Amino acid sequence: MQPFSYVEPRSRAEALRLAQAYPEARFLAGGTTLVDLMKSGVVHPPMLIDVNRIGGLDEIEAAEGSLRLGALARMSDAASHEAVRTQAPGLSESLLFAASGQLRNMASLGGNLLQRTRCLYFRDRHFPCNKRAPGSGCGAIDGENRALAVLGTSAACIANYPGDFAIMLVALDGTVYLDGPAGERAVPAATFHRLPADTPHIETVLAPGEMITAISLPLGALSRQSRYLKVRDRSSYEYASVSVAAAADFAPDGTIRDARLALGGLAAKPWPVTEAALLLAGRRPDDPVAMGRLMDAAVDGARPRSGNAYKVPQARSAIRRAFATLARRSARSVA
Amino acid sequence: MVAPRPDTAFAVHDPLAAVTLRLTVNGAVTEVSVEPWTTLLDALRERIGLTGTKKGCDHGACGACTVLIDGRRVLSCLTLALSARDGAITTIEGLAAPDGTLHPMQRAFAEHDALQCGYCTPGQIMSAVAVLAEADAGRPSAATDPAHRVTGRAVLDEREIRERMSGNLCRCAAYQNIVAAVREVAEATDPSRP
Repeated sequence: MQPFSYVEPRSRAEALRLAQAYPEARFLAGGTTLVDLMKSGVVHPPMLIDVNRIGGLDEIEAAEGSLRLGALARMSDAASHEAVRTQAPGLSESLLFAASGQLRNMASLGGNLLQRTRCLYFRDRHFPCNKRAPGSGCGAIDGENRALAVLGTSAACIANYPGDFAIMLVALDGTVYLDGPAGERAVPAATFHRLPADTPHIETVLAPGEMITAISLPLGALSRQSRYLKVRDRSSYEYASVSVAAAADFAPDGTIRDARLALGGLAAKPWPVTEAALLLAGRRPDDPVAMGRLMDAAVDGARPRSGNAYKVPQARSAIRRAFATLARRSARSVA
Repeated sequence: MVAPRPDTAFAVHDPLAAVTLRLTVNGAVTEVSVEPWTTLLDALRERIGLTGTKKGCDHGACGACTVLIDGRRVLSCLTLALSARDGAITTIEGLAAPDGTLHPMQRAFAEHDALQCGYCTPGQIMSAVAVLAEADAGRPSAATDPAHRVTGRAVLDEREIRERMSGNLCRCAAYQNIVAAVREVAEATDPSRP
């Protein structure tokens, strides 16, 4: 690692003041992405602002139909929290299916939203990469791209967003709370990440000096019947080739009243499929016409490269399987 | 440089400065000199001389460097020594009793021959000790049926053990015996069993 200075504020205001005073500084929470990338020479901030000792940013509470998760809550603690498990089981799954026990104990939820792509060209500074070194080119488009995105890509970048938690958060209409030089604001999770277009190095709407303070999502019939399905090369401790965050509210006759869907692993950012509610309303998950339309909408505009065309049929199957599982779980809970 | 204010409780503004820290390792307070970029792993091995904790990938991918901080398993290669100064750190050297009696997990790994080269073993054992504590606390894993209401210890069958231990890689692939060792200790110490 390149040498850096280290400051440890005890208040949010002081952390934000430091971030404004040192624009090149980075916030340190769990460190599982940042320290790794600093060791690889991919990023080299001259200062780390360790925010772990700021009080009040790690609380998890469920009240009045809403779940609020502090940005410094750790993945393992959020996944195990009683309210998360019972009222948003898909969110708990999205955390438990990610990383390893050790990493989940370290990684914060705010940092998890900000984790960087696993694209090999981004992570190896000997290759060109428009995300790491703007203007240097993309090694992946005509290179090793089996793991990378087919949706939301650009001529500059085909990196995929690697996270799991953000996919479920987007499916369940979550919100990300920010604080910074211009004050506090709330951003829908679905618009927090940006598409690469011609600036793939800018990955979110976070302004300079802004930090994530909390994450929230509505609790209700959808969150209670949510499911995270992750398809990957090995059965644990692996990134998704494709993942499906699905939620459905079933009527007693087994038809769907309302539904949500977002995809991960195959897109440049968490990928909401906003047509899900309309296409599935009044239908059953085993209705081939409705499900076919949903699968078509989900991968509409996909642009496969030499190594990743398999992700399109994989996503279609995973979508059908996720809703079938939700229907089974719903029937089981009614029985 | 902006002068630190009272609510910046701790700061190292000179990136090249060595800082003297007090780390609590295996119950003993040790003074150690580190730089801001010194990882806990390097502090343990190179500065304190506790070489039981292993450096495998050094990037958070293999689990060989697993230690406990306040009873929680973490990767010491991705933890800055500065960040760890408030916690109670436990390494493989701290598991056995002062008289040398091995921890049940150490004994089970030896009895089940749960290793070949042994390089990943300290991390495997530290992780396994934490897995039992997590199960005792009723914490779920990806292998836990979401409909199952956990009360008391989560059941540690083979599938659960493999899932919960997946952050510890063994290039010799001694997994079969690692699972057997963890399972034996889990069953022997299950508070719900008569």
